[in-house]
Order: sequence, then structure tokens, then C-alpha cells
Amino acid sequence: MKFGVVVFPGSNCDRDCFYVADKVLGQSVEYVWHKSTDVAGFDCLILPGGFSYGDYLRTGAVAKFSPIMKSIQEFADAGGMVIGICNGFQILLEAGLLPGAMIRNSSLKFICRHVLIRVETASTPWSSTAARGQVLKIPVAHNEGNYQVSNTTLEEMKRHGQVVFRYCSEDGSVQGEFNPNGATENIAGICNRDGNVLGMMPHPERASEMELGSSDGLVIWNSLLKHFEMSADC
Amino acid sequence: MTELYAELGLTSEEYKKICDILGREPNKVELGMYSVMWSEHCSYKSSKEQLKKLPVEGPGVLVGPGENAGVVDIGDGLAVVFKLESHNHPSAVEPFQGAATGVGGIVRDIFTMGARPIACLDPLRFGPLSNPRTRYLFEGVVSGIAAYGNCLGIPTVAGDIYFEDAYEGNPLVNVMCVGIMPTGRLTLGKASTPGGVGVLFGSSTGRDGIGGVSVLASQEFDESSAEKRPSVQVSDPFTEKLLIEACLEMIDKELITGLQDLGGAGLTCATCETAERGGCGMDVEITKVPLREADMEPVEIMMSESQERMFALCPEDNLQEVLAVCEKWDLDAVPVANVTEGDALRLLDNGSVIAEVPASSLADGPVYHREAERPGYLDEVAAFDTRPLSQLSDLKGLLVQLLGSPNICSRKWVFEQYDHMVGVGTVVLPGSDAAVLRVEGTDKGLALACDCNGRYCYLDPRRGAQIALAECARNLACSGASPVAVTNCLNFGNPEKPGIFWQFQECVEGLSEGCGCLGTPVVGGNVSFYNESFGEAILPTPVVGLLGVIEDVANRVESAFRSEGDLILMLGDTRDELGGSELLKAVNGSIAGTPPEVRWDEEKALIDCLVRAASERLMKSAHDLSEGGLAVALAECCILGGIGATVELEARLPACVECFSESQARALVSVSGEDAARFREIAGTAGVNVRVIGECGGEELTVEGVFSVNVDEITDVYENSLAKMV
Repeated sequence: MKFGVVVFPGSNCDRDCFYVADKVLGQSVEYVWHKSTDVAGFDCLILPGGFSYGDYLRTGAVAKFSPIMKSIQEFADAGGMVIGICNGFQILLEAGLLPGAMIRNSSLKFICRHVLIRVETASTPWSSTAARGQVLKIPVAHNEGNYQVSNTTLEEMKRHGQVVFRYCSEDGSVQGEFNPNGATENIAGICNRDGNVLGMMPHPERASEMELGSSDGLVIWNSLLKHFEMSADC
Repeated sequence: MTELYAELGLTSEEYKKICDILGREPNKVELGMYSVMWSEHCSYKSSKEQLKKLPVEGPGVLVGPGENAGVVDIGDGLAVVFKLESHNHPSAVEPFQGAATGVGGIVRDIFTMGARPIACLDPLRFGPLSNPRTRYLFEGVVSGIAAYGNCLGIPTVAGDIYFEDAYEGNPLVNVMCVGIMPTGRLTLGKASTPGGVGVLFGSSTGRDGIGGVSVLASQEFDESSAEKRPSVQVSDPFTEKLLIEACLEMIDKELITGLQDLGGAGLTCATCETAERGGCGMDVEITKVPLREADMEPVEIMMSESQERMFALCPEDNLQEVLAVCEKWDLDAVPVANVTEGDALRLLDNGSVIAEVPASSLADGPVYHREAERPGYLDEVAAFDTRPLSQLSDLKGLLVQLLGSPNICSRKWVFEQYDHMVGVGTVVLPGSDAAVLRVEGTDKGLALACDCNGRYCYLDPRRGAQIALAECARNLACSGASPVAVTNCLNFGNPEKPGIFWQFQECVEGLSEGCGCLGTPVVGGNVSFYNESFGEAILPTPVVGLLGVIEDVANRVESAFRSEGDLILMLGDTRDELGGSELLKAVNGSIAGTPPEVRWDEEKALIDCLVRAASERLMKSAHDLSEGGLAVALAECCILGGIGATVELEARLPACVECFSESQARALVSVSGEDAARFREIAGTAGVNVRVIGECGGEELTVEGVFSVNVDEITDVYENSLAKMV
């Protein structure tokens, strides 16, 4: 399949995502400059982590005005696969492709470490190779990962299986003490109602090879590849 | 002018020398330019003579000291660019911005050479954490480093931190950056073609940081220091990130012939140094410089240290393309200078010359021979008797105390605030002996460590500097890497005081000797003097940064014990060496005695043995012995591995000495039973004494007949103490 890695000024995980798509997954991949509006031919767009526009305002608040965002919206509306990782997730929230908002970590400090997340649903294109309840080890690295959403929206999201990952313990227990950033109900990743847009704070591209301490991120990539093969077969 | 030169930090002799060079009195702009370029920070006028003693050449050295950073060839068509630098005084005045701009400055030095920055390391020194101001400085510095490095997407992978009284009024913030590039992309900061154009791009020029190198970095602290806050710049990491990408794009497209960052001494330094290195002159039209405030005077424009600015040299024909790259990255760019024949740096105000000086006279600066005299305190500290320490009992209590002490406890609270994984290259994360990064497209790995125990250097500067190097080398070897090249940041007090200068001279000579023995050239570095507050100097702190290479990164080794039943081997000899030790400090708070001896033949044998054993994948873990000795090293291996160990002491020395002596040239290794014989063989060939002291397993760390302690209990102390102290 063909990946597009969107590059905003200040993106800094763009090269990592490119590397994983190319060298680890062996797929074709291109960078997509944020001033471009052409996303034709891509099967999946990755909005990588980083500090778009320095994140001097609210994270992602400036990037949502980049010319590429309108095309990404249309791409997603047409069922295209879109994943926002860390800053990419924040941008998707700001742009309204996903519900909710981010505030600063409850510790008020940047947090970089491996965390454990539980797969809450295996019925999304991003988690189908996992078992529900499976625990993945994937690192986080962020200052604003404290996910907030209104109760009404959250209930609706839960009804539609949109909560994909939650921070948890080794045995999959979702408790406050395993929540690194104060996110509502330990939420680490969510998708839209159709399931084709995923946003997550942990970095699967940093956990795609055992050499880096974990390859659990492959669950997400492999689910995506499986989804693509299946849709191609139809 | 007579009062102005003194205010700008120049001496009357220097002023006279400037008049001699020009054949007239300098005007205000010219005087301002000399004052920053001839500051200690820029000119190295007190240190230059001593620095000549350092070995700077070696087979892999592509660029040694004098350029923006050192460059070494690591094979496979790749070169590593790295350098250490200080940002001490700005960080003492404004910790967040001081540290952040320190990172910005060193990162620019690396990509200026054409390399993509891939790692940062931060050696930090503070006063005791019991002081609320220290906590404010510590938190501010750490978050400043995090804010800047994280935004750039450069992993901060290692560093070292010490808390000592002597740094209370003058903390140290040293920053190291490492970059990598194809050797062919090497770009130098020179203007060597008359007719070429100098383009200034990035942030506009403001009044921030004027005189940063002269009034801030090259003077001691006193009651007026708080007023120097305006001399600290404000950081903009986002613009720096754009600069990295734009500069690398210009270099990849072969558009530019020279590149220089604007740091200390701002535009003055960037123009005169590029002209001097290229053997040319330069005309600078200062009305073209984009300003933050319209009414800035020429002298302010030339002295401003506004951050995130770059100066590129290109042929006239490439100018439009250079400007186009800047436009792509939303960076302001203006051609401000023309490269000329000759040696004159001329400043033009709408075409009329307002200053004209020989570029080389700015860049070369004066050289001083400073007086050195062995300070009197040395006899007193050397006379200290450490023998009573060997009689201490309750070794378990002492171990727990040390594991929770500020200098030994885990740095997790710090490194979790740094993004240390971005770049998907960090294969050994912070907390082990050295950070290891894999090199994309090759089997190689880079191992990085920095170190300096200022207490040892205070007690014996020559030996202390060598220990700093030896410990770095052991850190690399324990990771499986051979040491390749050195950078340093030499932090000292006021060099005009003979006692301080003696410390400096001894450290340089010690380091030189050590580098000679180890075969590691010094390819770059920085000197930071005047680290004093109210007349009290810091501990002499010659921080060493060492680069190592692992031929096959799959052979890397970490310090954590791995499996039940693995044999634990002690490498090297333990002697009664408790002078300057962590134990002594913990027990009676003093810095005294004679630091451990450095025996380079033993160090080299140990390194050979570790590197060889790593290449044969014989070791399950390896950890060097340093502060806190065997007991602390054992505890760290257990804590990191989440597994216990049972060991027996040699019982040749008192138990306390064997547990806590800080003898050099030692390491703790674990191997599986079937590899022990081969390991011994390698050690034998290298000439390292090996003793099986026990094995891994269980939930306790037990030193037979001495003490036993639960690993969970010491893990809690080790990992959470720093957070509790902040």
C-alpha cells in the first residue's frame, strides 16, 4: 500500500514514520508537504508527531489551517485511512476530524517513557490483529496528552467502539496510577465513528522493531495492512 | 572612548593594541566588535597557550579544533560531528532560557558543518538541592533543555549531574550535540571566494544578548548579576527546526560554499571568522539586516546575540535558489554581505563605510600567558586520613544512603522529561553506562558518554581530568564500543588567579596525557572561565565527552543483570582508595583525601577485554565501577535488571573498603556459565585480573557475611529519591 507522511513545519517524527513504512513494513511511502493539496494515490496518510509551528499556541491549533488539512478532511470523508500520532493526533482534534481536546499533562511536565496500553476493541481497521484486552508496550513522548472530552460525547464514542486504547498495567488493569498524563478514563487512542481515522498519543513507529525495545506497534501497522489487503480483495 | 572600552570589558593594554592595529582610535562600532571578539569566551586568550598541549590529530580526524565542531570519519562513507559547549552564566541568571539557548547554540554548531543532529547530552552541575534556589535552577534548566531539544526532535540521550556546594552560586550547564553525515557533505564556515554573497537568514536581529560573551560569560558573578538578565536571549526552537531543514536542503542541493551560525558575538563573529578562515575580506551592508526594533544602532546590530540566525555564503548565481529554500521553510533571508579580496571587514551604512578593520585581527585576538601557582589548599586536603572510614559498620545502611544520595540516585526524573527516543535510533536508553545509537544503513552503533567528577579534580586536577576520561572510556567499553575521539568543556574559575590557572593547566596536561595513552584525539571543545560567585570558584570541572563506535550494534551490552544463574565477574583490582569518594562525602560531608590513582595500562587492558568480549557476545551485562564502588555498581545492576544477586567479597581488604572504594579500571560483568571460560581466556590475554564473585538470582542483593537487602526496597530508594528532593 502507499503511505503519505504529512510534513508540517515543526513535524519531527516524519522521518521516523517514513522509515518504518519504507524499511520495516516494506511499503511505498512519500512525504506530503503541508502546503500541498494533492493526496491522490495514497492509501494511508500519517500525521506524524512533533511540534507543528512550535506548538507555541495550543498544540495543533495553527497546523489545522495548513492547506493540506482540507484535502485530508476530504480524503477521510471518502473513507481514506488517516492516523495521527502524538502531535498528529492533536492536529486531528483541532481540525475536528476526531472528537475532544488535549490539555497539558497533569504533571505539567513532558513525559517520555514506555507505557502499556490495552486494546479496547479489535473491531477497528487499526487493531484487528490484536485480541481485545491485549496489552501493548509503546512509548509516549509529549507535553499535552491529557485527553478531555464531554461526558455526552464520550458515552457516544463508547457506544460506537471509538475508544481504541487505554493506559493500563502489565495485566491490563486500567487504573489512575497507570495513567501517565491525566487523560479522561486513561484514554490513549480513539478513532472516528467510521473507524478510518485514528488518533493516538503513544508512538507505534518507535515500537516497530525489537531493537528499540518493543515491536508491539506492529499490531497497528499489521492491522492496517490486513485491512488494506481485504479491501483490495473485495 | 577611554571609559567605554572598560565598560565593554577590554583592558587598557588591549585598547592600545587595537589603536596600534588600526593606526588610529577605533570608533564606537569597531570598539564594540573588538570587545566581543576579544572576550575570553570568543578569543580563548587565556587558554589558547595551554590548549596547544592537547593531541588533536588521529587517523580518523577530518576536522579538529578551530571550526564550529570536530569531525571524525567512522567508515562506510560517514562522518560524525560533535562538540561540547557551556552555557553556564546565562543559565545561572535565567535557567530556562539560558539552558534552552545553550542547546540551540550547540545544535547550530553541528548542522552548520552539514550534519543532521542525532543526539544531545547534557552535563549539569548544581549546588545542594536543599537550597530552594538550586531547585528553581535545576527545574528551570531541565525544562529548558527539554523544551528546546524535544521541539527540535533531537533525542537527549545521556548526560551527567552532580550536586556540590561549590556550584551553588554558579551552576554549570554544558551541552553536547552529535550529528552524522555522508563525509562528502562536510561544509566549513569560510568565505573563500571573492564575489560571493553572504546571506543572513532566520530570526531578525534584536537587542537581546548584547555583550553576552563579554559582560556575562567572561566575568565573575556578584551582586550586580541579576541586572544581567537582559543579556540572556529568548529561545525559539521552532525557527531553529526550520533552520536545520533549510540548511541541510541547501547543502544537499550544493547551493552554498560556506555556512556559519550566529552565536556568541553575533554578526561580528560570523562575518570576521568566515572571512578570516577563507583568507578574504567582507563588506557588510548593515541597513539590510532585518531588525526587531527600527532604531537599533550599528554597534547593537553587530553585537546582538539574537538566537536562531544563520549566515550562508554562496556564489551570486545560486542566490535566488538559496532564497527560495528559505522561502519554502518560511524563513526570512536577506543578502547582507559581499566577499571581497584582501582582509578588510567593512561595515556599510547605505554604501558609506562606518567601520573598517582587518578581519583577522578580530578573529585572532590576543594571547595571554597566565601565571600558574599550586594552591595551598592541596596540602591540607591531601593530608586527610581516610583510614578511619575502613572501620565503618552498617554497610547496608551506607549503601541505601548512597543509592538515595543526589549524586548517585537514578536520573529518571530528568531523562523522562527529555524525548530520548525520537529518531528511532536510540537502542540503549538513558540509565545504562553509555547511550547507544544505531547508524542507519550500516551495522554500526555510536556510543556516547560524558563525565567529570569535580571532587576528584579539586583534590588533584591532573588525576581528576584523567579519571573523567577513563570513566567515559569504561562506560563506552561496557557498552561494547571502542573509544574514538574526545570533545571537552573545561569549566573553571577566574584564570587571572594563579591558583585557578594552575588547576586549569594541570587538568589540560592530565587530559592530554590520558588522550595520548588512550589514542583518542581531542577534536573540539570549549573553555568556560570566570565560574565564580562572590570570589568563590567552582570545583575545577573539565567535562569530557567521548564518542565510541561499535562495529556491530547487535553486540551492544547494557548494565542490567539479565538472568538467574548468570555468573558475576569482577574485573580489575580493588585498592584502599576512598579519598574524594562518595562514601566520604556521605559520612562526613567533606571533600578530602587523595583521589584514586589512574593506571592507563590497566584501563586499556580492561577496555580491550570488554570490547573483545562484547564482539564475541559473551557478556549478558557490563557495568563500570565508579562513584560508590562495588556495592553501588552491584545494586544498580540488580535494580536495572529487577533481579537479585549473591556475591562474596575477596576479604583481602576491610569489607567497607571493598564495598565502597572507588579504584579505577574496574568493571562488573555477568556471563552465562558456559561462556565463563572463554571470557577468562580473553581477560587473560588482555591482562585483566578476573574473579568470579557470585551469581545472579533471587530477590535480594546479598554480600555474604556482610549484608543482604531486598531489591524492591533499594529500587524504590534509587528511582524515587531525586523526585522527592526537587
